Amino acid sequence: MGLMEILLIVIPSTLLWAAPLIFTGLGGNFSESSGVVNIGLEGLMVIGAFTAIVFNLTFVDVLGNWTPWVALLAAMVVGALLSIMHAVASITFRADQVVSGVAINLFAIGAALFLVKFIYGKGQTDIIQKGFSKVDIPFLSDIPVIGKLLFSNTYYTSFVAIAVAFLAWFVMFKTPFGLRLRAVGEHPMAADTMGINVTRMRYIGVLLSGALAGIGGGVYAQSISSDFGHATISGQGFMALAALIFGKWHPLGVMGAALFFGFAQSLSIIGSNLPFLENIPNVYLLIAPYVLTILALTGFIGRADAPKASGTPYIKGKR
Amino acid sequence: MSNRMKNIIVPLVAVLLGVLVGTIIMIATGYNAGAAFTALWNGAFGEIYYTGEVVRQVTPYILAGLAVAFAFRTGLFNIGVEGQLIVGWLASVWVGVAFDLPKIIHLPLAVLAAAAAGALWAFIPGLLKAKFKVHEVIVTIMMNYVALHVTNYIIRTVLSEKSDRTEMIAESSTLRSVFLEGITDYSRLHWGILIALACVFFMWFLLEKTSKGYELRAVGFNQHASEYAGMNVSKNIILSMVISGAFAGLAGAMEGLGTFGYAAIKGGFTGVGFDGIAVALLGGNGPVGIIFAALLFGSLKVGALNMPLEAGVPNELVDIIIALIVFFVAASYMIRIFIDRISKKGVK
Repeated sequence: MGLMEILLIVIPSTLLWAAPLIFTGLGGNFSESSGVVNIGLEGLMVIGAFTAIVFNLTFVDVLGNWTPWVALLAAMVVGALLSIMHAVASITFRADQVVSGVAINLFAIGAALFLVKFIYGKGQTDIIQKGFSKVDIPFLSDIPVIGKLLFSNTYYTSFVAIAVAFLAWFVMFKTPFGLRLRAVGEHPMAADTMGINVTRMRYIGVLLSGALAGIGGGVYAQSISSDFGHATISGQGFMALAALIFGKWHPLGVMGAALFFGFAQSLSIIGSNLPFLENIPNVYLLIAPYVLTILALTGFIGRADAPKASGTPYIKGKR
Repeated sequence: MSNRMKNIIVPLVAVLLGVLVGTIIMIATGYNAGAAFTALWNGAFGEIYYTGEVVRQVTPYILAGLAVAFAFRTGLFNIGVEGQLIVGWLASVWVGVAFDLPKIIHLPLAVLAAAAAGALWAFIPGLLKAKFKVHEVIVTIMMNYVALHVTNYIIRTVLSEKSDRTEMIAESSTLRSVFLEGITDYSRLHWGILIALACVFFMWFLLEKTSKGYELRAVGFNQHASEYAGMNVSKNIILSMVISGAFAGLAGAMEGLGTFGYAAIKGGFTGVGFDGIAVALLGGNGPVGIIFAALLFGSLKVGALNMPLEAGVPNELVDIIIALIVFFVAASYMIRIFIDRISKKGVK
C-alpha cells in the first residue's frame, strides 16, 4: 500500500472524527474564556445527538435532503437550552461549577434515554435514513492531488467546523465582544469596574458552549453513529475538553488539537488496515489524547494555563 | 436557624425538589407517578431479596462516596473515582485468578491489591497537583479514560485469550457468603458491606481524631497558612489523593470480589464513581451523611429496575432524579436564601 493510498484513507477519516470535537471544543472555549468551567460538555453533546436523531427521524419525509442540517439547528437550540441549567446554577446560584457540570452529564443521559423509551418504546432509536453523507466537494475536489486528498470522499460538516473555528478566533480576538468575554474570564472585577456586565457575558459564554456542543453531538450522531442509544456519545465531550486544554484555550489551537485527536481516534479504528500499524496495539492510540493532555498540563508540551478566573463565581463587591 | 440545622435541611429539600421534578416529568409524559413510586418502593424493599440487592449496591456507593468526600474534605476534587474504581476492580480480580492461597491470605491480598491500584491511579494526579500545580479535576478525568482503555486491553490480552471477560476468581478470594445469600433469598449480598462500614469509621477517625487528619484538613482549607505553620503541603496533597484513591479501589474490589467475581470488557463507565460524587455531596461529606446518602441512592437504583416491570415507567427516571438532586445540592445557595427568608418571617 503506497503513501497516497494510506493518506486517502486517513485524511477523510480524521476530518470525520474531528468535526464533532472541533464544534464542542470551541463551545467549551467560549464558556471557559468567560470564566465558567464546563465539564457538562459531554451531557450537552448527548442531548444534541439525541435531539438531532429524533428530529431527523420525525421530519425526514418533510424536509428530504435538508433534514440533517435542520436537525443540527434543532440540536443547537436544545443544547443551548440545557446549558441554561448550568449557567443558572454556576453563575446566579454560585454553585461549584464542576459539580453542576457533573449534574448536567447525569441529567442529559438520563433524560435522553427516558425520552427515547417514552417516544419509541425501546432503548435505542432506529437508524436514520438521511444522515450526512460522503461527498466530493464541487470544484475544490478537482484540484490536482490536494483536491483528491482533502476534498474528495469527505463531509461538508468537517469544513463547516473548520470555518467556525476561524470565525470563533475572529470573534474572540478581533471584536470588542471577544475582548470583554476574555476580560470577564481573566479578571471579572476589573471588567466590572469598566462597566462590563459580568453576569451577562458569562451567560452568553455558557449558552454558546451549549449551542456548539449541541451541534457537535448532532454532527456525531448524524455522521458517525446514525442512531441514538446509551453509548452513542461515550467520552466525546471529555475528549473535546481535552482538545480545549491541549489547544490552550485558543480557538485555532482547539481546532488543531481536535484534528490531532480525530487523527488518533480514526487510526485506532482503521489502524488494523494500515501496514505499519498492524502490530501496534490500538490501546496506545486510544489513550493518546488523554495522556497528551496530561503532559500538556504538566508543562512537558508547552505550558497550558486556564483563564485566571475560570471556575470561581463572581460575587459583586467581594475582594 | 443554626448552621447545623441548615446543613441537614438543605439536602432534604434537594431530595424533595428532585422527587418533585421527577413527578412532574412523569405527569407531563403521561405516566402514572403513583404506580411508579410504588414500584420503586417494592423493587427496593418489597421482598427480602430486593433489600439484599439494595445493600449490595450501597456497598460500593459508600466507598465511592468516601473517596470523593475524603478528597473534598482536604480541598481536592477527585472526579477520577470512576477510573480508580476500574483499576481496583481489575487488580482484585487479577489477584483472585492468579494465585491459589489459603483464604485467610488470599482474600486480604486481593482486597489490598485493589486499594493499592486505586491509590496508585490517584497518586499521579496528586503528584502533578503537588509538584506542577496542575488542577486535579482535568487530570483525573483524563485518567478515567486511560483506566478504561488500559484495563480493557489487559483483560483482552493478559487475563484472557481475546475473550470479553476473565475467568471467575478462586473460591479462596471471594467476598461472597452463602450465609448472607441464604438470609436474603439468594441476592448477591456479600461481606463487602462490613469493609465499607469499617472504612467509614476509618475516615471519621483519621480526619477528626488524629493530628495527621487535622493536617490534611488544614492544607485543604488554607495551603499558605499550613505551610507557614510548618506542614509539608505537597506531601499532604499527595497523601489525601492516595487515600481517596484507595477508597475508590476498594469500591472496585466490592464489584470484582463480591458482586461479579470477574472483570469484563467495558464499553463505558460503571457510573458508580460519578454516583459517588452525588453520595458525597448529598451526605455533606460526613461519615453518617454518606451512609444515608448511599442508602438513598442504592435503593433508588435497585428499586428503579422494578419500575418498567410493574409500572411501565423507564428506569432512567431515577437517573434524572439523582441528577436533579445533585443539581439542587450544588445550587444550594438558592435553597439557603429561601430558608433564610422563611425563618426570618417566623421571627417577626
